[in-house]
Amino acid sequence: MNMALDFHVVGDEIRDTAAPAGPIEKRWDEHRAHMNLVNPANRRKLSVIMVGTGLAGASAAATLGEAGYHVKAFCYQDSPRRAHSIAAQGGINAAKNYRNDGDSIYRLFYDTVKGGDFRARESNVYRLAQVSVNIIDQCVAQGVPFAREYGGLLDNRSFGGVQVSRTFYARGQTGQQLLIGAYQALERQIGLGTVEMNTRHEMLELIMVPDADGTERARGIIVRDMVTGDIETHLADAVVLATGGYGNVFFLSTNAMGSNVTATWRAHRKGAYFANPCYTQIHPTCIPVSGDYQSKLTLMSESLRNDGRIWVPKKAGDDRLPSDIPEDERDYYLERIYPAFGNLVPRDIASRAAKYQCDAGKGVGPGGLGVFLDFAEAIERLGRPAVEAKYGNLFDMYARITGEDPYTQPMRIYPAVHYTMGGLWVDYDLQSNLTGLFVAGEANFSDHGANRLGASALMQGLADGYFVLPYTLANYLSHAPYEKVPEDHPRVVEAQQAVEERVQKLLSINGTRTVDSFHKELGQIMWDYCGMERTEEGLIKAIQMIRDLKAEFWSNVKVTGEAEEFNQTLERANRVGDFFELGELMCIDALNRRESCGGHFRGESQTEDGEALRHDDEFAYVAAWEFADSQPILHKEPLEYEYVEMKARSYK
Amino acid sequence: MKITVRVWRQKNAESKGEMVTYGLEDVSEHMSFLEMLDVLNEQLTLAGDEPVAFDSDCREGICGTCGVVINGIPHGPEVTTTCQLHMRTFHDGDVIDIEPWRAGAFPVVKDLVVDRGAFDRIIQAGGYITAPTGSAPEANNIAVPKEDADHAFEAATCIGCGACVAACPNGSAMLFTAAKITHLGLLPQGQPERDSRVLGMVEQMDFEGFGGCTNIGECTAACPKGIPLDVISHLYRDMRNALTKA
Repeated sequence: MNMALDFHVVGDEIRDTAAPAGPIEKRWDEHRAHMNLVNPANRRKLSVIMVGTGLAGASAAATLGEAGYHVKAFCYQDSPRRAHSIAAQGGINAAKNYRNDGDSIYRLFYDTVKGGDFRARESNVYRLAQVSVNIIDQCVAQGVPFAREYGGLLDNRSFGGVQVSRTFYARGQTGQQLLIGAYQALERQIGLGTVEMNTRHEMLELIMVPDADGTERARGIIVRDMVTGDIETHLADAVVLATGGYGNVFFLSTNAMGSNVTATWRAHRKGAYFANPCYTQIHPTCIPVSGDYQSKLTLMSESLRNDGRIWVPKKAGDDRLPSDIPEDERDYYLERIYPAFGNLVPRDIASRAAKYQCDAGKGVGPGGLGVFLDFAEAIERLGRPAVEAKYGNLFDMYARITGEDPYTQPMRIYPAVHYTMGGLWVDYDLQSNLTGLFVAGEANFSDHGANRLGASALMQGLADGYFVLPYTLANYLSHAPYEKVPEDHPRVVEAQQAVEERVQKLLSINGTRTVDSFHKELGQIMWDYCGMERTEEGLIKAIQMIRDLKAEFWSNVKVTGEAEEFNQTLERANRVGDFFELGELMCIDALNRRESCGGHFRGESQTEDGEALRHDDEFAYVAAWEFADSQPILHKEPLEYEYVEMKARSYK
Repeated sequence: MKITVRVWRQKNAESKGEMVTYGLEDVSEHMSFLEMLDVLNEQLTLAGDEPVAFDSDCREGICGTCGVVINGIPHGPEVTTTCQLHMRTFHDGDVIDIEPWRAGAFPVVKDLVVDRGAFDRIIQAGGYITAPTGSAPEANNIAVPKEDADHAFEAATCIGCGACVAACPNGSAMLFTAAKITHLGLLPQGQPERDSRVLGMVEQMDFEGFGGCTNIGECTAACPKGIPLDVISHLYRDMRNALTKA
């Protein structure tokens, strides 16, 4: 029996009607060749709202401003330079083949489709691989200080288990340098007056307005000025959301404190489909939680697994110091279970294996939620100076956060949520099912399938912003300007009132629990039941727990202060209110997908050896969810593979 | 540990602020400094008081959002960002003073939150390389000597937190401005706009009300990213060259 059907209804199948046909290597060029253009003189009469100014948003806003459109950009941070793209460490992939090691656009496309566990669209991924080479050119021209060789040319490294070196990097701060490049291009446009920047402004509602012919179009947003508390209306010919991922539904994640789902969730409630919400990437090498005051988790590069050996005590509940546990009482479980790959198994396998050890009571450190990552053998083999040269900055970071010296005692690590592959459904043009609403970067679902490869998030954000949206949005705007929307239009007034009522509601509850206490409890439910391993029983339980918690939130939360002022508690309360609804949909999506693929592992769907088992016959589709007050409606978009053969991943 | 904090409370830009004392009972040495403030805020909220407003986002030391003056030192006693400072640096019974960045060009928004918009406007005045999307040449056509690339990177690691301004007795933004001029000026791509960049950025810096530089060096001592003081010499050199030509 399919219990999932108790929680949702199945709607019509959908298709990506913007997707071009023909040979895959020609699709994007052909598609662009048939797009409409906008006369430069007309562009300044056309306006675009850009919500979010990370890699995707800043690059798109700068490019559209440069092209002559009137852009209004918004971010919740105090400057666009602070968006969470900045925290990406490793690098950015591009099929330049500078190493002459057999890389090509096709190979990057193939690796990404396979890495996504055959749950991404071939056409989109191919385009991503094609424009990847332009991104590097663009960033170098802006002055992004990528690592170079002594000859002065760009350096590369290999990343994420692929066989070629295609990753460009700027020490461990690639995201920072790419974002600063896009930020500077954006600030230049702000200085020139083509982009109007609104920092410390948070989008709280989307405005859909029908044309004279009845076509509903995205025409504006309601934002809250986070300094004054003013609720403002902004109208335009098109709206772009580039608002990042939703990993903070787990409370603890590697996301920034402010990262949230509100912009995309508000659009979802207005009719935009939310695709594959259950696909969550959990990274194995993060610093474990140290106490209940923990506010976020910190990632450490998984390159540590090249030389570190992962182990737990053989005996459950063994709380001796690691140095007191003799060799024969240690279980190097990855080396034991996966002799071929050992400590270098892929992220999802390593994460789940750590969870199983801790579930069995063998975890180490506070709360038993950690495993050892031991460099004693590497230090003996290579010498301390060599280990220092390779990993010194990571060891320092670990020591700063934990107060422990990883040169003399093993590190403790545990998995943490750090990227969400799901997001708003978009077509090949990055347009959602709502006309005039475009979605870019981590906020959309399009390119990574069920699992994202390392160094591909930066690539996708900049591909969308510099090289895809400027074309597809121009094509859409070639039919604009649309009829002017008056500020007292019923849809505008309705959206404003909805926001004001919600703010007043949150402030009036005056209950006994803090916003963070609810957020932490929600995060724990999500982590326990919709984290590294999901089961039908657990997900059904979680859905009920989330509904109960949401009901308690709306009757017992305490939000101090007033609406008309700088009020961080109110900001957080509003975001957590949306996280409950998203969390429920994630569980419903996970319940429906009775297979294991990429970042989604269902306990009921595994091989005899405990490996992920896909069911391509039943689940080779994108799950696009339509909002409904009672039960969400599932629209399936079938996935077809013409170029890459669907295979099972194997690590033995 | 037991910790006493004295925190700057100021309702908004117009109101007058004051230091207010709060006690915390069970502070773990493993908490980050900002987690200690989170705990204080939970305590205040449950008591029906207004929590302390402070900025933070990535809490990994890279976004530059956080930053308060701790016992008179921007980001506190260690060379790092406020979010990466941990309570093990302090001792049971300590009294810690916590204030916002203090500089004329960074007006207080609320409590420990300041407005650093002036930094963005300095960048608008020239802190970029003009490179319209799509016009870039093949990346490896531009070779950059590794030494220059490494130095440019070092200057480019500035996170724009503003600690340099808060540390400077003059409230000068020289280290921030010079870091960007050095980053772009060391690269071949940055040469065509080198003169206009330095003139534009310095003019904007003065316009925003930042003070002058008198080579005190507090900025670099407070910088969590270790931006070296010699970037300022680089700025002066570019400035002199640009003015000679003008």
